[in-house]
Amino acid sequence: MAEFLATPLGIFVLIFAQVLAIIAFVMISLLFLVWGDRKIWAAVQMRKGPNIVGAYGLLQSVADALKYVVKEVVVPAGADKPLFFLAPMVAFVMSMLTWAVLPFNDGWVLADMNVAVLYVFAIGGLEVYGVIIGGWASNSKYPFLGAMRSAAQMISYEVSIGLILIGVIISTGSLNFSDIVRAQDGNYGFFSWYWLPHFPMVFLFFISSLAETNRPPFDLPEAESELVAGFMVEYSATVYLLYMAGEYIAIFMMCGLISVLFFGGWLSPIPGLPDGVLWMFGKMVFFFFIFAMVKAITPRYRYDQLMRIGWKVFLPLSLAWVVIVSFLAHFGAFGGAYARWAIGG
Amino acid sequence: MEDLLREYLPVLVFLGMATALGAVLILAAVILGPTNPDPEKLSAYECGFNAFDDARMKFDVRFYLVAILFIIFDLEIAFLFPWAVTFKGMTDVSFWSMMVFLAVLTIGFAYEWKKGALEWE
Repeated sequence: MAEFLATPLGIFVLIFAQVLAIIAFVMISLLFLVWGDRKIWAAVQMRKGPNIVGAYGLLQSVADALKYVVKEVVVPAGADKPLFFLAPMVAFVMSMLTWAVLPFNDGWVLADMNVAVLYVFAIGGLEVYGVIIGGWASNSKYPFLGAMRSAAQMISYEVSIGLILIGVIISTGSLNFSDIVRAQDGNYGFFSWYWLPHFPMVFLFFISSLAETNRPPFDLPEAESELVAGFMVEYSATVYLLYMAGEYIAIFMMCGLISVLFFGGWLSPIPGLPDGVLWMFGKMVFFFFIFAMVKAITPRYRYDQLMRIGWKVFLPLSLAWVVIVSFLAHFGAFGGAYARWAIGG
Repeated sequence: MEDLLREYLPVLVFLGMATALGAVLILAAVILGPTNPDPEKLSAYECGFNAFDDARMKFDVRFYLVAILFIIFDLEIAFLFPWAVTFKGMTDVSFWSMMVFLAVLTIGFAYEWKKGALEWE
C-alpha cells in the first residue's frame, strides 16, 4: 500500500480521495448549516423553524435539495445563455476552491502551499465575477442593479480584509495557514492566540466577512423591498442552488478563516488538553452560530451607510493597524507578542 | 518540480471535481425538471408589467469610481504581502521605505476623501 502511494498514479489516487473527502465534508455540513441557520433564526423570532422532515426537521435541507433538482430551469429570453450558466458555476467553484488550503489539523491540509493566504485572497476575489456575470447575463434590470451593488460591496470590504491579513502575516512571517496556527501555540492556551494582540481586527474581520459574503445586515443585493433578490432574480432550480450553496460555502470558509487566523485553528484553548480536529470544527460551528445570530438580530444597513463604513471607517482603521503592528513587531514591543518568529513560538 | 506538483496538483484536481459537481447539478435539473416555457415565463422580471428598454443601461459612475479605488488599494496590498512575509530579517531601510510608501498612499487617500470620492448619497 505504501509503495503504491509513492507511484505517480498512487499520488493521484490519494489526492483524488482527499479532494472527495473535503467536498463531501463541505457539502454534508452545508446541509446541516442551512438547517441550523434557519433553526436559529426561527428560535430568535419565537418560531419553530423546519420541524417536519426527519427528527427536528434535520432532513429539511435534503428535501430542499431534491426539490431543486426537479424544478424547471428557466432561462430568460434575452439572457446570454453560456454566461447565464457560467456565472453560478464560477460562484460555486471558486468558493469551493478556497477549501483546498484550509488546515483542519496539524498536517491535515490538501494543498500545503506556502502562499495559502494569497491564494484564498485571490480565489475569494474571483467570486465577484460570479455575481457580476450573473447580473449582466440575465439581461433584466433588477439583477443588473443588484450585481453592480453587490460587486461594489464585495470589493470594498475585500480591501480591509486584505489589510487585516497583512497584520497577521507580519506577526507570523509566513503565508501558510498551518504556520499561522503553529505561531499561536503558546503556554497560555486561549490567551496565546492572535485574537488578543490583534484584538480590534477580530471584529473588523468578522464584520468585513459579513459584508464580503453578502450576509445580513449587509445583504443589500437581496434587499427584497428594493431589488427583489438582486443578481439571483432570474435564476431557478439547481442553477440558483449553486449560488446559494456557494454563498453558504463561502460563509463557512470565513468561519474557518477566523478560527485559523485569530483563534488558533486546531489548538486547544486550555493548556494540557490535547489539540485536534474537533477543536477546529467546534470553533467553525461556533462562528457560524455567531453569523446566524447576527442575521437574526440586526436590521439591514442602507447602501450609503454600508459604503461609508467600508471606505471611511474600516479602511483607515485597518491601514492604521498595519502601521501599528509593523512598528510593534519591528521594535519587539510586548515581549515579541507581535513578532512570533522572533520568540520562536 | 516535485514540491510544486504536491502543492498545486490538488488544487487542479479540486477545480476539476468542483466543476464536475456543479455541472452534474445543473444537468440533473435540466434532465429531471419539466420544460414548458411560454413567452410570459421567459420574459425578464419587472414587477408585473412588460419589460421596457434594454436592461444593460447606463449606471452610476460611482460604481466605476469604487472599482478604481479598489484597484489602487488592492495593488497596495499586493505590495504589502511580500514585505510582510520578509519582515523577519528586515533592515531599517526596507522598513522605513514601506512606511514612506504608506504615508504617500495615506496622503492620496486623504485627498480622495476631501474631494468627496468616498461620498455616497
